[in-house]
Amino acid sequence: MLASYVPILIFAIIAILFASVTLFMSNLIGQKRPSEDKLMPYECGNIPVGTARERFPIRFYIFAMLFIVFDVEVAFMFPWAVLFKKLGILGFVEMVVFVLILLLGLLYVWGKGALEWE
Amino acid sequence: MSFAGLVFILIKIVVVFALLMLTVAYLTLLERKVLAHMQVRVGPMFAGPHGILQPIADGIKLFFKEDIVTKQADKFFYFLSPALSIVPVLLIFAVIPFGDKSDIFGLLKEPIDLRITGLRIDILFIFAMSGLATYGVVFGGWSQNNKYALIGGLREAAQLISYEVAFTLSVFGVVLIAGSLQLDKIVAMQKDMWFIVYQPVGFLIFLTAAVAELKRTPFDLPEAESELVAGFHADYSSMKFAMFFMAEYASIVACSCLGTILFLGGWLGPSFLPPFVWYMIKVFILIFVIIWLRGTYPRLRYDQLMKFGWKFLIPLSFVNIFVTAIVILLVR
Repeated sequence: MLASYVPILIFAIIAILFASVTLFMSNLIGQKRPSEDKLMPYECGNIPVGTARERFPIRFYIFAMLFIVFDVEVAFMFPWAVLFKKLGILGFVEMVVFVLILLLGLLYVWGKGALEWE
Repeated sequence: MSFAGLVFILIKIVVVFALLMLTVAYLTLLERKVLAHMQVRVGPMFAGPHGILQPIADGIKLFFKEDIVTKQADKFFYFLSPALSIVPVLLIFAVIPFGDKSDIFGLLKEPIDLRITGLRIDILFIFAMSGLATYGVVFGGWSQNNKYALIGGLREAAQLISYEVAFTLSVFGVVLIAGSLQLDKIVAMQKDMWFIVYQPVGFLIFLTAAVAELKRTPFDLPEAESELVAGFHADYSSMKFAMFFMAEYASIVACSCLGTILFLGGWLGPSFLPPFVWYMIKVFILIFVIIWLRGTYPRLRYDQLMKFGWKFLIPLSFVNIFVTAIVILLVR
């Protein structure tokens, strides 16, 4: 069983080597003529004011939380989907109840207006 | 594992890797040519006949470009994120099959699997890897300490995770019918009828969510050139920039392969062409559709994008899953 994961491990090592060697070689070979202006972050030609380590809208955070709820749910649904034909009606009802509870959460968030992006 | 087995795996990996890099390079040319002809231009013409050597020239140019590291950047994550965005995409190709068991036109004594390895959880592995790609984008956007890049990175992260849910949910119809997560078994089950016939809605959700996951027009807000310069890779240059693009084009190939396998019958087709050729034809039709969308649709607004994802696509995917489940129960 575990033997089928060995090629993935080998591929992962090759892929990481490819990425790091290419980045390193390109950094080594490419010409280097740094200047004050070149090393500034590019913000459409304006001289950057302050840093970009600013606060950002809370909405991104809400979507991230919603994502975690739904993605964990999806992970639960994979074994259900594979075994669905064996589980029959009981499995179907159970999954409907499970999904409905989560969808209620989505409806609540929807009603609260958290999905609006104004 | 024996030494011969190890060498055999290495050969397969090298072949897949080389073919993938070639496809990715020429995909850039294909996209430029297709878009050019859609806009009544001719596209690249100078490097070789009809610009056939353009990708190679671009590659060499990018490799020798100055590797700029801006002063304010967080060096570690700045270098990490291009690598972090390409490695998971490459790993997807470890489980994607490219054809049935084959002896490659009688070259080999025993037929071999035309894939690097097969897991029992192929689909789960693919979605896990495609989820990892988000990190590359977020770290890239944050590490440059550039406001445009930060906004691009955040937008991208929110978009990727929103459509990741719909993307994953869209394949459940196929998994329910096939009762398996193994890609070769799913293809074998489509011998009589392609799954797109049973799952037309699933296929449309898959395609839409895939285009959003690939951050292509009409969902290319993270790199909206007209407002965010280049989004999360604004300050990247040289090979680091190229690596983001290699990752993007490799994921286009990966998504097209997955769509072909799950919905379009994989390598199955009338026997006058070899299975691998059928597979490639279908994959390139999907790639063409994705490029075509870029030539046709305008960009959405961000609120439209999030609204469409959460209020339409995700509920629709659930409806699709349960309708499929009810039909399976009734038929049985």
